[in-house]
Amino acid sequence: MKLVFERREAASRSATLATPLIALGLTILTSLILFAALGKPAGQALYSLLLEPFDGWYNISELLLKMGPLMLIAQGLAIGFRANVFNIGAEGQLIIGAICASALPVYFPEGTSPLMLPAMIVMGAVGGAVWAGLAAGLRTRFNANEILVTLMLTLIATQVLNYLLLGPWKDPHGFNFPQSVMFPDVALLPILLPGTRVNISVLAALIVSGLAYVLMRHRFSGYQLLVGGLAPRAARYAGFSEDRAVLMSLLFGGLAAGFAGACEVAGPLGQLQRSVSTGYGYSAIIVAYLGGLNPLGIVISAFLMAALFIGGDNAMVSADLPVAAVFVFQGLLLVFYLGSLTFIRHRVTFSWQGPA
Amino acid sequence: MTPLLQLSGVSKRYGGVHANSGIDLTVDAGSIHAILGENGAGKSTLMKLIYGVEVPDEGQILWKGQPAHLSSPSDARRLGIGMVFQHFSLFETLTVVQNMALIVPGSKADLSARIRELGEAFGLSVDPRAMVHSLSVGERQRVEILRCLLLNPSLLILDEPTSVLPPQSVALLFDTLRALKDKGIAILFISHKLEEIRDLCDTATILRQGKVTAQLDPREGSARDLATLMIGRPMPPAVHPTPHGLGDQRLELTGLDYANDDPFGVSLKDISLYVRGGEILGIAGISGNGQQELAALISGEITLPASRRDVVRLMGQPVGDLGAAKRRTRRFAFVPEDRLGRGAVPDMSLADNALLTSHSRGLVQKGFIRRQAERAFTADVIARFDVRTPGPQAEAGALSGGNLQKFIMGREMMLEPEVLLVAQPTWGVDIGAASDIRQRLVAMRNEGAAILVISEEIDELFEICDRLQVLHKGRLSPSLDVATTTVDEVGTWMIGAAT
Repeated sequence: MKLVFERREAASRSATLATPLIALGLTILTSLILFAALGKPAGQALYSLLLEPFDGWYNISELLLKMGPLMLIAQGLAIGFRANVFNIGAEGQLIIGAICASALPVYFPEGTSPLMLPAMIVMGAVGGAVWAGLAAGLRTRFNANEILVTLMLTLIATQVLNYLLLGPWKDPHGFNFPQSVMFPDVALLPILLPGTRVNISVLAALIVSGLAYVLMRHRFSGYQLLVGGLAPRAARYAGFSEDRAVLMSLLFGGLAAGFAGACEVAGPLGQLQRSVSTGYGYSAIIVAYLGGLNPLGIVISAFLMAALFIGGDNAMVSADLPVAAVFVFQGLLLVFYLGSLTFIRHRVTFSWQGPA
Repeated sequence: MTPLLQLSGVSKRYGGVHANSGIDLTVDAGSIHAILGENGAGKSTLMKLIYGVEVPDEGQILWKGQPAHLSSPSDARRLGIGMVFQHFSLFETLTVVQNMALIVPGSKADLSARIRELGEAFGLSVDPRAMVHSLSVGERQRVEILRCLLLNPSLLILDEPTSVLPPQSVALLFDTLRALKDKGIAILFISHKLEEIRDLCDTATILRQGKVTAQLDPREGSARDLATLMIGRPMPPAVHPTPHGLGDQRLELTGLDYANDDPFGVSLKDISLYVRGGEILGIAGISGNGQQELAALISGEITLPASRRDVVRLMGQPVGDLGAAKRRTRRFAFVPEDRLGRGAVPDMSLADNALLTSHSRGLVQKGFIRRQAERAFTADVIARFDVRTPGPQAEAGALSGGNLQKFIMGREMMLEPEVLLVAQPTWGVDIGAASDIRQRLVAMRNEGAAILVISEEIDELFEICDRLQVLHKGRLSPSLDVATTTVDEVGTWMIGAAT
């Protein structure tokens, strides 16, 4: 028997919208079996994973808190992905952004200037952009693959963070914990919803999403990036600079990730910690693709991914799931999503090869 | 006598498109049978059905009077059907005999001996130990034919075999095919070149829109009659250039050298040419002799170091170090030979494809795309260049080759260039659209534009050009005046025999 995948002329709109739901359904089914086989309460686990994140004000506020950086980073990455520039080191750019933003409150812990916060945000964003810019420079100058370079720069960023927190930036009164001093109030983002940890960075993420939409839909520079991603030879034919596309893609990605890093230290953390990112930079890659690399889709997928984060934490506590099972659940969702996408873009025909 | 191959009522649909419907075809042993039709008439589909690449939806295929089940090319080969494709399927880094050994059983020494023997018998001499990449296109074609012959076929299918050959090699190929015919081998010869078919074939089956419209002896009618049957209406009259007042030198290359990094690419040596306003200069030659490199160097897709910027001049100004976008701002436009993926982005709408090169025509304001202007411009191109499409929002990849070529040609012409470079203007374009494109090129020249046409269709170049230069192995011949040169002379330059 032979399986033939034929590309469809046009994917149906309703099928495209149904994709995430189909993927979700299949994920639930598979994980029910998996959790049951582990001997864990499958129903309780699914409730914690899928519904608890929306149960109650506290859970929803935590969800919004996680959604901000995911959305921010994914918007920046998606621009590059559509131009076929694969920045997978947003994690490192986030860490460097967090470090750069922390420099001010670490050296001026008694600071009172209202300019401290805006300066931190700018320093964080620029720091992330410079970190990504290193990869851009190596790619345009020496044709070094940006996938590898951004990934390796992440490892370096982690070591820089460790060095600072174990050495010069360690809080002298912090009982030797690898963390910085607590930031002064002027270094903290204003709270958006009183009584929760949600700060105004989630609004900033929404504004950035709007800007990303305008860039990719209405700006000529965004169009040039799209052409470079869809048909590199057409971009060369039209004279759109490939170096510029690489640079723009990486700078946007780094800018957004650095911004997100600054918002983490100036937001829920209030200091520089080793756990400044819990994998936001990597999860944002999934968020970008789940959102179809579309600025509006990313808003939705960031929301879903944040819910999965919260749900995963809950499931570990209330259903006693091992952390690996949570990762499997998240992985299943992505695999099923990409799988159903293949079926929506391609028609599958079976042909029985008869005897000649 | 039982015919060798008989098709009755064969149909094949792709989605809603009837690629072949109700085809009847009879091929006798020892005949050369032409399959004639425009692009998109269903010739390739029919050959795929006979060669087992596709299975018909309806109808029957009889081989020597027995029903044949052809579900793969290996089935077809087992029955004795061989096919030589337009684009060769040889491994360039292997020798001739190594390529053969991949599908023909037998020891290499044995195969080498048979290659020599068959080569002598049919005028297909080629060194079995030669590496394929060192062979000329004509020799590669011989290797393909030899590979089929080693399997002792009764039927040989040749898909547009002459499109890649210079005139002299065409004559040799025809001698070979006649010798094969005398041995009793049937040949299916696919072509759209009418004179060739009249020269070579005993029978012609003409396809139009997936149906057989005529079966006749091509030697009995004129080429014009055949063309009328092929396109369903009388041939559009050929355009003949009229002498015209010449302007300044708009495009000039002086001693252009280009060393290609690609081991299988072509390096250019000492290329000099100029094109004046009001004339069409044709670059003849078989593809793969440096045409792509030359086009990219003129368009700016390949740039030269600043120290050699004088080598390429547009409107008298040195531009050798400028990229494609900058050259376009100097009234230069370019229609590349590959439409999908280079001249157009297949996944984008026609409107977005118009933006590719026409953004300077008021379609972008302060960095924002003006959607309304973009749509209006696209609609204008579609209307003025008779592009058959639902509208500006249609995806470029959904257009037929000929329609997309008209769109790209229209887009570049709407830029009102002073210098226009067109590579392979009518590749894969049907006769009607091709003649339309040629007429437009001549009209632009008459309005004073300088036009450079790179093409491997000699007839086309003779029809529209004022002067010709021939590209062979990265070198350019001196300029030949179309009014005084002959096809033979151009052909001699094409195979590098002239000095």
